[in-house]
Amino acid sequence: MSEPVKNTLLFLVVAVLIAIAGFMQSWNTALLILNMGLVSAIMAIGVNLQWGFAGLFNVGVMGFVALGGLAAVLVSMPPDPDAWRAGGVRVLIGLALGAATIIGAVLVYTRVKKGPLRAVGIVAILVGGFFIFRGVLDPGVDAVESVNPALSGYLGGLGLPVILSWPIGGLLAGGVAWLIGKTALGLRSDYLAIATLGIAEIIIAVLKNEDWLSRGVKNVVGIPRPVPYEIDLQNDPDFVSSAAGWGLDPVEASTLYVKLAYAGLFLVVLLVILWMAQMALKSPWGRMMRAIRDNEVAAEAMGKDVTRRHLQIFVLGSAVCGLAGAMLTTLDGQLTPGTYQPLRFTFLVWVMVIVGGSGNNFGAVLGGFLIWFLWVEVEPIGVYLMETITSGMAEGSALKSHLMGSAAHMRLFTMGLVLLLVLRFSPRGLIPEK
Amino acid sequence: MPVAGNPYQDDRGNKDRSIANPQGAGEIVHRKGGKARPSEAGGAFLIGDAMTGGYGKGPDILHDCTIAVNQGEIAVIVGPNGAGKSTAMKAVFGMLDLRQGSVRLDGQDISDLSPQDRVVQGMGFVPQTNNIFTSMTVEENLEMGAFIRRDDFRETMAQVYDLFPILKEKRRQPAGELSGGQRQQVAVGRALMTKPKVLMLDEPTAGVSPIVMDELFDRIIEVARTGIPILMVEQNARQALEIADKGFVLVQGRNAYSGTGRDLLDDPEVRKSFLGG
Amino acid sequence: MEFLNAFVALSNYVLIPGIAYGSQLALGALGVTLIYGILRFSNFAHGDTMAFGAMVTILVTWWMQAQGISFGVLPTALLALPFGILGTMVLLVVTDRVVYRFYRQQKAKPVILVIVSLGVMFIMNGIVRFIIGPDDQNFADGARFIISARDFKAWSGLDEGLALRTSQGITVITAVVVVVALFWFLNKTRTGKSMRAYSDNEDLALLSGINPERVVTYTWLIIAALTTVAGVLYGLDKSFKPFTYFQLLLPIFAAAIVGGLGSPLGAIAGGFVIAFSEVTITYAWKKVLGYLMPEGLEPDGLVQLLSTDYKFAVSFVILLIVLLFKPTGLFKGKSV
Repeated sequence: MSEPVKNTLLFLVVAVLIAIAGFMQSWNTALLILNMGLVSAIMAIGVNLQWGFAGLFNVGVMGFVALGGLAAVLVSMPPDPDAWRAGGVRVLIGLALGAATIIGAVLVYTRVKKGPLRAVGIVAILVGGFFIFRGVLDPGVDAVESVNPALSGYLGGLGLPVILSWPIGGLLAGGVAWLIGKTALGLRSDYLAIATLGIAEIIIAVLKNEDWLSRGVKNVVGIPRPVPYEIDLQNDPDFVSSAAGWGLDPVEASTLYVKLAYAGLFLVVLLVILWMAQMALKSPWGRMMRAIRDNEVAAEAMGKDVTRRHLQIFVLGSAVCGLAGAMLTTLDGQLTPGTYQPLRFTFLVWVMVIVGGSGNNFGAVLGGFLIWFLWVEVEPIGVYLMETITSGMAEGSALKSHLMGSAAHMRLFTMGLVLLLVLRFSPRGLIPEK
Repeated sequence: MPVAGNPYQDDRGNKDRSIANPQGAGEIVHRKGGKARPSEAGGAFLIGDAMTGGYGKGPDILHDCTIAVNQGEIAVIVGPNGAGKSTAMKAVFGMLDLRQGSVRLDGQDISDLSPQDRVVQGMGFVPQTNNIFTSMTVEENLEMGAFIRRDDFRETMAQVYDLFPILKEKRRQPAGELSGGQRQQVAVGRALMTKPKVLMLDEPTAGVSPIVMDELFDRIIEVARTGIPILMVEQNARQALEIADKGFVLVQGRNAYSGTGRDLLDDPEVRKSFLGG
Repeated sequence: MEFLNAFVALSNYVLIPGIAYGSQLALGALGVTLIYGILRFSNFAHGDTMAFGAMVTILVTWWMQAQGISFGVLPTALLALPFGILGTMVLLVVTDRVVYRFYRQQKAKPVILVIVSLGVMFIMNGIVRFIIGPDDQNFADGARFIISARDFKAWSGLDEGLALRTSQGITVITAVVVVVALFWFLNKTRTGKSMRAYSDNEDLALLSGINPERVVTYTWLIIAALTTVAGVLYGLDKSFKPFTYFQLLLPIFAAAIVGGLGSPLGAIAGGFVIAFSEVTITYAWKKVLGYLMPEGLEPDGLVQLLSTDYKFAVSFVILLIVLLFKPTGLFKGKSV
């Protein structure tokens, strides 16, 4: 079987799997899997850029995805004028002072000669700056958060169309990635893994606790949509009549319509990103990336600035993850910082990349769809399995209820198993790099 | 190597020290070897006989190459860069896949043994680089040398200290803190701790100053005087042949000249081609 | 008097919790650093191994409690601990045989093993949640306090009461015993030395007749003991929740790296550095300062530098600062 035929077949298998979910469960479920699969595929492309093409080990995907989610809120939610009046400007000044402190410390570090004077200067700037920063920021934060806390209590966003947040989410994630990369990749030896692991936790902590920014664990709900609302469709006589033409009732038709609209939007983004990733890698820049990956010493000897290249691809990959994060939050219609967990948003994406095929963009896309399908479907399959196993047991027995209750945790086990099996028996993934 | 090669060894150029530790990682593949068989073939005490082979499935590096050392002798392998000197020694030690030929030690055919098993059979091997445990003290290095021994090895340790007095002085110091020449003494001492039947040295004087080199050669002669045959690869052909009972000149993995050290030094061909006139 | 009160308050809220938490992190970091030194990769499944060990111990504890077995004033979990260690040993050795050994034979690069450990992490995570569920479990019994605040106040006549919980006392004593035993093992025994030799130079260890598979097996056995002890102590001191254990990965990694990866001594130092930074920076200093400052100058606010939710940020910033100035960590990280 030739390469293209095999790969097409693999994609067909995933399509059939999703279709089976459509027939056996519901088309809403199937479309949701498809939409999330599209988003997952984009995340996987982002991680694949970093790991597959540059060998960078990013275990902070969750953080970049969450930044994208934050971008969705900051771009699309209407601003809260009361909160802005109460303390918005003060918060901004506080943040500016905080940034100035760090920049000041960095300047002293780079401009002043090494010695006790420099150390004392840096400590003085950092400690003094921290108290000034907190002194200015805290009252502003308190003021903002006390404005109608049950419904708002945050500054809101810019009130722009939510689609704008997708590129902006990418920019935001890319910016933070630049800061991390600049520090972690510039160290004498590279500590990217631990740096990304830590930053991701910090980003989530900020989203959970800085209520003025993201409403914290109170969540931001009702993020505007780029597609019509179901209720509007149901009230639209034209839509109802054409739905009837398909033999569907208006409620189901409207939910399917909305999901299809998302799928269309996401598909366009995925295709654009995929095309860009493919073009970039076939370009001289991409060839150089791979040359560095395969023989860093030789590339360095030829005068390539390896750290700079690594930084570039790290920023790009993280930006793609941020973009996907903004899309995800748009699809959910809400930002819930409490749901960001590393297993789901970092390590699952890694499973997608490894299973799909590190170094191959199509592999990453396939992995995104396949692993997301498994992630969703293992649970019902697990419940079904447990029902079969426990069918002989007495109703209400402790073991039976325990097994039934635990079926939900099968998915983590399955993900690990799939990863280990692929790593062992097909270490290059399902669609290997060419 | 992204596409060819072992996919499990493809780290995509990752250099992340927070997750991966390349320090001290080994290259020798742990393989289960076969058994030693008594051999009637005879020949020298240790002989790599008509060896042909290379690394793994790679091309042959050695071609019908023979290396041998007898009891009480020092044998040296010399030759130009890339002649396969170290490869020949590694082949004798079982770190190469032989396609033809055999290795025999003390009347036993050991061709199928893994390197570890050859150590048990009585071969002491001192690699060219990374030949000491840098983070461990000198004494611990010697103890590790005696790892396969279950008897009391204090006497052997005393002998090593007699041979290398400086090591006794520095026995509580981490071996990594010693000078180049002292490190080589630790390396040789570690190999002697097994009470080997034969000692193999891969370029023991690489990277040390001429004075230290002379001292090391003196020590090696002293070791040989205790009755242990020594097989040695050397870059400094002239000095090495001067102390050698037997010499092997290799060129492109083949025996070019063999003879006593004196004969080779006197051979005009050898002098012209390898000893700089 | 005011000074003594301040010191007691400081002990209560900073020193004692810091020492206890530091001991737990140190035990975790020791495991990470041993795996890094000998197996040469960072084990992402470490937190989940701790959870597994703690889970087995909890199950045995419950069984013992049901049988009416108790350990007097000490928690029953201490009696169950050996069983937990045994269970974890079986798990880790089986995992090594089924999963990791293949990659060793292939001479796989460490980063591949890191990815393998991600798979193991998922599986262990699934097993733990499958067996005991994702919720909080309480298994501490016995006396709650060694010194209670009320007794201390009555005894000393101070305003501030010193409280020392049993779990804190046990944590510190157990950690000291385990660390001393480990160092004795690594530095004085033949097997321990062979592990250090293997970590230092794998090929030379092989040439010295050290069997790599034995070294690896011993390493996993020690890891099983370290993770289970760390997991049970953390669970006794705080509470047992699988997700919390997974989250411990960051401070544990941070501790191991701050100390210098591969250096056991560094792991211990790193554990305490991280623990004390977290506790001091997220502690509200109002009470202590209230005793120390002159009348009228007491602080109005909580004097808390960062909210406790940012404790991960603290580990991380400390890590960054140390790496900027000492890229190999406090104790020059090298092979064990």
